[in-house]
Amino acid sequence: MPAARMDSVLVLGIGNVLWADEGFGPRCVEALAASHALPPSVRLLDGGTQGLYLLPFIEAADALLIFDAVDYGLAPGTLKIVRDDEVPAFMGAKKMSLHQTGFQDVLATAAFKGCSPARMTLIGCQPEELEDYGGGLRDSVAAQIAPALTAGIAELAGWGIEVRPGRTETGDLADPSIRRGAYESGRPSEEVACRLGDARFFPGGSD
Amino acid sequence: MTVTPNGFDLDNTGQRIVVDPVTRIEGHMRCEVNVDDEGVIRNAVSTGTMWRGLEVILKGRDPRDAWAFTERICGVCTGTHALTSVRAVEDALGITIPDNANSIRNIMQLNLQVHDHIVHFYHLHALDWVNPVNALRADPKATSELQQAVSPSHPLSSPGYFRDVQNRLKKFVESGQLGLFKNGYWDNPAYKLPPEADLMATTHYLEALDLQKEIVKIHTIFGGKNPHPNWLVGGVPCPINIDGTGAVGAINMERLNMVSSIIDLCTEFVNNVYLPDLVAIGGFYKDWLYGGGLSGQSVLAYGDIPENPNDFSADQLHLPRGAIINGNLNEVFDVDVRDPEQVQEFVDHSWYSYGEPGKGLHPWDGVTEANFELGPNTKGTKTNIEELDEAAKYSWIKAPRWKGHAMEVGPLARYIIGYAKGHEDIKTQVEGLLRTMDLPVSALFSTLGRTAARALEAEYCARLQKHFFDKLITNIRNGDSATANVEKWEPKTWPKECKGVGMTEAPRGALGHWVQIKDGRIDNYQCVVPTTWNGSPRDSAGNIGAFEAALMNTKMERPEEPVEILRTLHSFDPCLACSTHVMSPDGQEMTSVKVR
Repeated sequence: MPAARMDSVLVLGIGNVLWADEGFGPRCVEALAASHALPPSVRLLDGGTQGLYLLPFIEAADALLIFDAVDYGLAPGTLKIVRDDEVPAFMGAKKMSLHQTGFQDVLATAAFKGCSPARMTLIGCQPEELEDYGGGLRDSVAAQIAPALTAGIAELAGWGIEVRPGRTETGDLADPSIRRGAYESGRPSEEVACRLGDARFFPGGSD
Repeated sequence: MTVTPNGFDLDNTGQRIVVDPVTRIEGHMRCEVNVDDEGVIRNAVSTGTMWRGLEVILKGRDPRDAWAFTERICGVCTGTHALTSVRAVEDALGITIPDNANSIRNIMQLNLQVHDHIVHFYHLHALDWVNPVNALRADPKATSELQQAVSPSHPLSSPGYFRDVQNRLKKFVESGQLGLFKNGYWDNPAYKLPPEADLMATTHYLEALDLQKEIVKIHTIFGGKNPHPNWLVGGVPCPINIDGTGAVGAINMERLNMVSSIIDLCTEFVNNVYLPDLVAIGGFYKDWLYGGGLSGQSVLAYGDIPENPNDFSADQLHLPRGAIINGNLNEVFDVDVRDPEQVQEFVDHSWYSYGEPGKGLHPWDGVTEANFELGPNTKGTKTNIEELDEAAKYSWIKAPRWKGHAMEVGPLARYIIGYAKGHEDIKTQVEGLLRTMDLPVSALFSTLGRTAARALEAEYCARLQKHFFDKLITNIRNGDSATANVEKWEPKTWPKECKGVGMTEAPRGALGHWVQIKDGRIDNYQCVVPTTWNGSPRDSAGNIGAFEAALMNTKMERPEEPVEILRTLHSFDPCLACSTHVMSPDGQEMTSVKVR
C-alpha cells in the first residue's frame, strides 16, 4: 500500500499527563515502549503539549502515527481512527498547546512549508474526564490503551513496519517520576488536594 | 466613574466587548472592555478562566521529582519551571551546585530566552502588526531592495527568493487553508505596513521556523532529550567527558562544538533578522504608542543568570533585579522574595478563599482553596457567563502585589530596571535603539516598547550564552569536570523541616517557586508565575493589574475587531497555565467577540 518511503516513522503521544484522560496519548507511547520492540526507523515520542516545538520531528517523518484524547462526541472510552487528510480536522482549536497553537496549526505549518508526512494516522480515544488536575486515566480510557496499541501496530504493519513483542529503549519518554504508575499511585488524597475545576468547563455542570 | 489607587479612571458605562478566548497565548484567557463613543477603552477586565492547582498535586511527592511535574505545567516554559524548581529545593536543603552546572544552566536558560523571544515575535505576535494577506500584493523586487536596505548582511534577499515565498503563500491562501492566519482581521486599518514589509516579515516567519529546529538542540545536548529535558537537584544530569567519543549522554568536545555553532546561529539571526525587522516594522507604528499601562510606574524583576554558582546577590546577576514604584526611575528598590511583607497574593477578586477579606499571603504561607462564585451584576449563568462582574470575584488568577503595588514583569520591566540602574549593556542597547528610531525615552512605556525590549533582550542573551560557553570551556580545560553535587542527595541527610525559594526570570517575567519540605516530602508548594503578576485581577484596594492597565485608553479602529486588544495583550507574551483540552471535530472554532 505505501507508495512513499518509510525510512522514518514518528509515533507521537500528545496531551498533558496532569489532566486526567488528557494523558491518554503519552500513556499509549509509554505502554508501547514497555511492551514492544520497534525497529530503529521508528521514533517514539512523548510530545506533551509542545505544539509548534514538535514541528521539527514532524517534518523529519515520512509517516506519523498519533495517539491522543479526541472529542469525537462519542461515548467515553470509544476509540476512533482517522487517516491522512482527515486528521487535521480532528485536531481542532480546543487542543491548546504552545501558546494555543493547536496541533492543527502545527500540521498546517508543516503543509505550508511543504514538509507534511506522506501518511498520517490518528488513533484517538474519547475521554471521560479532563477537569481533574493531578488525576490519572479513568478506567474506561485506560482500558483502551491495549486496543489502541493493537490498532497502532496494525497501522505500522500497513506501512511495512514490523513490530514484535519486547521492549523499546528510548530517552524520549516522560521522567520516571511522572510515568503512569508513579504518577497515579503518588497522588495526594482528595482532602489535601482540592479537585475542583472551573464550573464552566465541567461537563454537565449546573448553575 | 472610579479612580483606582494606581491612578486609572475606570468607566464601565460604555459598550462592553468580550473576547473569549484570547488566541495565540498559552492557556485560557478572557478579556472584557468598555469603550466610549469614540471607541476608546475606558474599563478593562482580564480573567484567567481556568483552574490550575499544581501546588496541591505536589503535596507528599519527593522534592527531587518536583521539576518533572512543573515542567508539564506549560508547553513553553518547561525548562524555566524545572530550573526554578530545582533552585527552590536546593535552597531549602542547602545544596550548592558546581561551577559547570551554573554555566550549563545559564546557557540553557539564555537559550530558552532567545528561542522563546524569537518564537513569540514571529509566530505569536507578528500577526498583530504584519498582514500576510497583504504580502500577496508585494513586488518581490522591491521586497528584495527593502531587505538589503534594512539588513545588508542577511544572505537571503534575492527577488527570486521572495517570489518563491509569495507563490507558496498564494497557493496556501487559495487552497482555503488559511489555517495559521485564520484569526486575522486582514482588512482592518490598524495594519500599517506596505505589502513589501509584510512579505519580508512573512518570509522571516518561515526562516524562524527553520531556526527554532536548530536552537532546541542545546537542550537535547545538555538535558539529554527534548522536549522535556532532564534536570537534577544538585547540578545538571549530564556528565562531562571531554575526550570521549560518541558516549551516549556525556558531554564531549564534539557536542560542545555543536553548542558553540548553535550559539553563533542565534546571534546571527537576532542581529541580521530579528532586530532589523523590529526597527523596520516598528518604524511604521511609531505613532501607536498605546499600551504602557503599569510599565511607566511600577515594574518588578527578581533577576537571573548568576555569574557564579550559588550567589544570587543583585550585583552578581546579568539580568537585573529590582523594583520601581510610582514611576520614580531614580530609585530602584532591592527585592527580597523571602520577606513576608514584600511579595503577597490577594484573592478578593479571585475565585479562592483565605477565610477573611483583604488578606494578603506570602507564598510560603500560601493557600490554594477554590471558591467559585459570581457577583450580583454578572450577566448570564455560571456555565455561560456573558459579562463578568468585576466588582466581585472574577478570575482564577490570584493578585500578587509587591508591598501592596500592582507590578508589571517581563522583558520591558527588566529593561526599565536595568536602564534605571545604569546596567551598561542594557543602557547602551536602549539608547542605541531610541536613537535609530528617533524616539524619546518615554516611548519605552508602551506596547511597542515591550516588543522592542524583548528583541533587545534576545540579542543580549545570545551574547551572554557565548560568555558562559567560554567560561565552561575554560573551567573544563582547567581540569574541573564536575557537573553535580550529590552530597545531600539522600533524604536522611536532610533536616526534618525546611523551606526554600527558587527564582528565575522566565521569558515572560519574574518566576518564583516556594517550597516547604517536611519528613523528606513536599509539604507545601506555591508557584507565582509571570502571568499571575501581569494578568492579575484587581486587588483588595482596587488597583488594576498590568494587562488591565495596559488596555486602558487605547483607541480601537473597529471595536468588533479587537486587533488593538490582542496586540497589547500579546506584547506581554501571556502564558496562563498550560492546559489541555480535547480536540474537537469542529476544528474551526474561532475567537468569539461579542459586542454588547
